[in-house]
Amino acid sequence: MYDTTRTETAVSQQDIKISASNVQVFYGDKQAIKDVNVGILDKTVTAFIGPSGCGKSTFLRCINRMNDTIDSARIQGEIRLDGQDIYDRRVDPVQLRARVGMVFQKPNPFPKSIYDNVAYGPRIHGLARNKADLDGIVEAALRGAALWNEVKDRLAEPGTGLSGGQQQRLCIARAVATSPEVLLMDEPCSALDPIATSQVEELIDQLRERYSVVIVTHSMQQAARVSQKTAFFHLGNLVEYGDTDDIFTRPQDSRTEAYISGRIG
Amino acid sequence: MTGLAFALLLSASLAAYMINRRAALALRDRGERLHSLGMFHGLYGLLLILVPAVVVTILWIMLQNGVINTLTMSSLPDGALADMANPQLVLSEIQSLAQGRVFGTPEPWKLEAAERMNDLRANSAWLMVAVVAALSAILLLVSRRQVAAAFRARQAVERIVMGLMITCSLVAVIVTFGIVFSLVFESIRFFQMVPLTEFLFGTRWEPQMPIRADQIAAEGAFGVLPVFLGTLVITFVAIAISVPIGLMSAIYLNEFADRRFRAVAKPILELLAGIPTVVYGFFAILTVAPALRAWGAALGIPVAPNTALAAGGVMAIMLIPFISSFADDALSAVPRSLRDGAIALGATRSETVLNVLFPAAIPGIVGGVLLAVSRAIGETMIVVMAAGLIAKMTLNPLDSVTTVTVQIVTLLIGDTAFDSPKTLAAFALGLMLFIVTLFINILALRIVRKYREQYD
Repeated sequence: MYDTTRTETAVSQQDIKISASNVQVFYGDKQAIKDVNVGILDKTVTAFIGPSGCGKSTFLRCINRMNDTIDSARIQGEIRLDGQDIYDRRVDPVQLRARVGMVFQKPNPFPKSIYDNVAYGPRIHGLARNKADLDGIVEAALRGAALWNEVKDRLAEPGTGLSGGQQQRLCIARAVATSPEVLLMDEPCSALDPIATSQVEELIDQLRERYSVVIVTHSMQQAARVSQKTAFFHLGNLVEYGDTDDIFTRPQDSRTEAYISGRIG
Repeated sequence: MTGLAFALLLSASLAAYMINRRAALALRDRGERLHSLGMFHGLYGLLLILVPAVVVTILWIMLQNGVINTLTMSSLPDGALADMANPQLVLSEIQSLAQGRVFGTPEPWKLEAAERMNDLRANSAWLMVAVVAALSAILLLVSRRQVAAAFRARQAVERIVMGLMITCSLVAVIVTFGIVFSLVFESIRFFQMVPLTEFLFGTRWEPQMPIRADQIAAEGAFGVLPVFLGTLVITFVAIAISVPIGLMSAIYLNEFADRRFRAVAKPILELLAGIPTVVYGFFAILTVAPALRAWGAALGIPVAPNTALAAGGVMAIMLIPFISSFADDALSAVPRSLRDGAIALGATRSETVLNVLFPAAIPGIVGGVLLAVSRAIGETMIVVMAAGLIAKMTLNPLDSVTTVTVQIVTLLIGDTAFDSPKTLAAFALGLMLFIVTLFINILALRIVRKYREQYD
C-alpha cells in the first residue's frame, strides 16, 4: 500500500484542502472503497484514474456527500475540508455542497433559461443582494466557464437548447456561480466530442487558479494533460498518488504500471 | 349449423397447416433449399383458410335475417298487406309464429308464411355450411399448390397478420365514428325542432313536454346554459380539491416517503381508482351531503340537500389517484441527473422538487389534470345520485345544480317517445359533451407533446 507521507513532506501543510483518512465506503454489504488516505491540494487539478468500478467516482461523491442520497451507502473514516470533518453531525450537507461544487458525467442543465440555470445556486444561497448583483455573478460565472461570448445574447433561451459541449460548460458555470472552494468533476468530457473536450480541458486548466479541482477520468491522456496530481484507484484501493509526471513516467506500483501501459483496465 | 360451419373451417385450416408443412418438409428432404421454414408454409395455409372462411361465416350470420325477411314478405299472397297499416307488425307476427309462439288464431296465410320462413332458415344454414366447406376446400388446394422452395411463406404470413392487426385497429376507429354519427343524426333532428341558438344561449332548461295533447305540462325550454353551468361548478369543485391533494401526495410519495411507506401507500391510493362510481355516489348522498347540511345549519348557512360541493367533493376523491399517478409518472420521468445536479448545488430536497423537478414534470402533470377534467365532466353515476335535477343559473357550490350527464340520464329514463324534442335533447347534450371533452383531450395531448422536454 502506498503511503501518503511522500506528498505531505513535499508540500507545506496549509496547501492541503481535503484530507481523507481511512475512508471506507459500503453499498449494502459490498465494500466499494477500502481504506483510502489522501491529501488533495488547493489550487491544483487532481485526477482520479483507474479501471471501471474501481471506486474513483464513489470516492469523489464522498467529498460533497452526494452518497447521502443513496440509501444503501455507508461511509466510515474521516474526510476533512480545511480541517473540518465534513461527516461531523454539526455539518449541514446542503451548506457543504455550496462549498464543494460538482459537475457530472452527462451535462444536466435544468429545464430553465441559461440565465436561470446559472443563477439557481446564487439564488438559493442568497449570494446576490439585488438583480444587478445577480447579473454580475451570472456574467462572471459564464465568463469563467468560457461560455459568455457564445450565450450573452440569448440568456433567456432554455439551457437544454445548447450543444453538448456548451451544456457541459453551462453546468460548470452553474457550479462555479456559487463560488465553491472545491470543484468535483465526474468524467466531465465523456459525453463530449473532441473539440468540446479540448475546450473543457482548457477551462479546467484555468479553474486551477481559483479552485481545488478533482477530476475523475477514464482517459489517461486527459489526466496527463490537465492534472498536476494523479491518484490511481484499483479495486477500491488507492494504489498510488503523486505528481502526474511521476505517475505516468515512473510509477512505483506494478499495478499502476500495468494500468497506464494498458494491461489492466 | 353455425357450430358445424366453424368446426369445418377450423379442421380445414388445421389440415392445411399439416399438409403444407409436410409438403414443405418433403421438399427440403429432397434437397431443395426452402426460402421459409416448413412451419411458415403450414401457417400460411392455416391463415389463408381461417381468415376468409371466418369472415364469410360472420357476414352470412349477420346478413341472413334481412334476406330471409325480405324473401318471406315478398312471397306473401297479393293483397294480404293491402289492409295493413304497418308491414313491420306483420313481419314480427310471422317471426313469432315461426318460433312457435302463437297468439290467438292467426290467418292461414300467416301460418304459411311462418312455415316458409322456417324453410328458408334451414336452407340458409345448410347453404352456409356448404359454402364454407367449398371455400375451405378451394383455399386448401390453392395454398397446397403454392408450396414451393422459392415461395416466401414467411413474408406472406407476416402480411396476413399485419392485415389482421390493421383490421382490429380500424374496428375501434369505425365504432367511434359510428357513435359520433348516431349522435349527430339525432341531434340534427333535435335542432330541426329547437333552434341551435336557443339551445346554446337559452338560460332556461325545462325539458318536460306534454306527450299527449290532453296533458298539462310545461311547454318545454331547452337552454343548455344552466345545465352546463352546473357541470362546470361541479367540475371546478372536483378539480380544485383533487389537484392539490393528488399533486402533494405524488410529490411526497415520489420524493420524500421512504420505500416501505411508499410500498404500502401507493397501492392503497390506487385502490381508490378501483371503487365503482356507484359506491362513491352512495358515499356522497348518505355521508357527505348530510354532513355538509349539518355543518351549514351549525354555521347558519343555507345548504341544499343535493349540493354541488358534495357531488364535486366526492368526485374529487375519485380523481385523486388519477392525478396522483399521472404526477408520479411525470416526476419519475425526470432524469436522476437533474435531481443530482440540484442537490450538488446545495439545494434542499424541497427546493429540488419545487424549482427543478416540478417545472420539468409540469407538462405531464397538466396533461393529467386536463384528462381528469374531461373525466369529471363526463362522470355520471356520482352526480346522478348526489347532484340535483333542477337546472339553476348559479355559481354557488352550496346550491343544488344539475349536470349534462344527469340530464341525459333523466331524459332517456321512463316513457319516452323517440320523436319528441325531450328525448332528442339527450342526444344534443351528448354531442355537446363529446365535443367539449374531445377538445379538452386534444388540448391535453398537445400540451404534453409540445412542452415535453427531450431527455435522451
